[in-house]
Amino acid sequence: MTNKVYPDASTALDGLLSDSMTLMSGGFGLCGIPEALIAAVASSGVKDLTVISNNAGVDGIGLGVMLETRQIGKMVSSYVGENKLFAKQFLDGDIAVEFTPQGTLAERIRAGGAGIPAFFTKTGVGTTVAEGKEVREFDGAQYVMERGLFADVAIVHAWKGDTEGNLIYRKTARNFNPMMATAARITVAEVEELVEPGELDPDQIMTPGIFVDRIIHYPDASKHIEQRTTRAREA
Amino acid sequence: MAWTRDQMAARAAMELHDGFYVNLGIGIPTLVSNYIPEGMSVQLQSENGMLGMGPFPYEGEEDADLINAGKQTVTELPTTSFFSSADSFAMIRGGHINLSILGAMQIAENGDLANWMIPGKMVKGMGGAMDLVAGVKRVVVVMEHTAKGKPKLLKKCTLPLTGAQVVDLVITDLGVFEIDKAGSGGMTLVELAEGATLDQIAENTEATYSVAPGL
Repeated sequence: MTNKVYPDASTALDGLLSDSMTLMSGGFGLCGIPEALIAAVASSGVKDLTVISNNAGVDGIGLGVMLETRQIGKMVSSYVGENKLFAKQFLDGDIAVEFTPQGTLAERIRAGGAGIPAFFTKTGVGTTVAEGKEVREFDGAQYVMERGLFADVAIVHAWKGDTEGNLIYRKTARNFNPMMATAARITVAEVEELVEPGELDPDQIMTPGIFVDRIIHYPDASKHIEQRTTRAREA
Repeated sequence: MAWTRDQMAARAAMELHDGFYVNLGIGIPTLVSNYIPEGMSVQLQSENGMLGMGPFPYEGEEDADLINAGKQTVTELPTTSFFSSADSFAMIRGGHINLSILGAMQIAENGDLANWMIPGKMVKGMGGAMDLVAGVKRVVVVMEHTAKGKPKLLKKCTLPLTGAQVVDLVITDLGVFEIDKAGSGGMTLVELAEGATLDQIAENTEATYSVAPGL
């Protein structure tokens, strides 16, 4: 019987990592990032990675860890502004960036996972994003062709999962995780709660287990907050 | 004399209608949520994957899994739903969001908008801005009229564009301009801010604009 459950992040990534591979990493900012799996990729020492992720973490946290170890050759992202080390490596020419509008990035991943090699979108028409890409008119409006994305490995974070790989995400920690789970040759998930089949309500499952190849139980995610904003209690 | 940031936000709130789904950008646009009229139902969309965004949490009740597109901690409302980034941008790109209110570095008289990069400086990325201006039905920009004394309303943007012919309305500290983005009507000054004069606007605007009757 196939066993998708691995004891820890390093073991779950065993045999999957190699230099110059393409990696998708879920999360928006530091919300819903696969922290344990990122740390395991970093400690594996693989180099020259192309990393598809909306952001690049912050200094020392999330993908910021892999910047310190200089393992990333290229990022495909919509926004990388929160990371000083990233800025330095970018300006020094040590790291390349393919800036992709956030919605286009989400749809490129969704399309890649759904077997759709390309699609047309209004986003970016008339901007540098459309340079070198096919622009076509549909119903009187201009659209630019964008390619689907598919990675060698996707690493995602979910709230609950079962041993079959069925996943449920929590609040805005869902973000890019469900699409990324579909868009890689091998998907590895870390979950805060790991349960037996039958314990999750099938109606609530967001990522069906077919998309998840390996899973680890990671109950102690650090869950950093980038911008802690609060309001005063009424007296 | 001119409008304050809060007065600009209050003016932008006049663009809201009952039942609207609205996306607010970072900065002055965020303040618009303080001016939603009592009794009006407006659902705020946050492009990281939330519809029905509530206020900041009380201290001690922050949830790292519950943030807005500015990565700030927020709260749920009874109307809230969560969804993936793909669904979020289906709402945006698919024209389901009624109104996007955002900031800008430059606006051209044909409705071109630039707000994501300055050549020669560290580029942070466009985030969801290009999707919002391309996909949302009505795009309202709230910004200072000038930057370091230089006009931001131009004949043509000099910075790389976020979107071409996308802006419907511009609210600055000096006044309000309509833009006929789809047609050839150009830019029209439709309101003066409290204390602002036509001369003051003329001096601080490079774009060609007409002045609405009665101003």
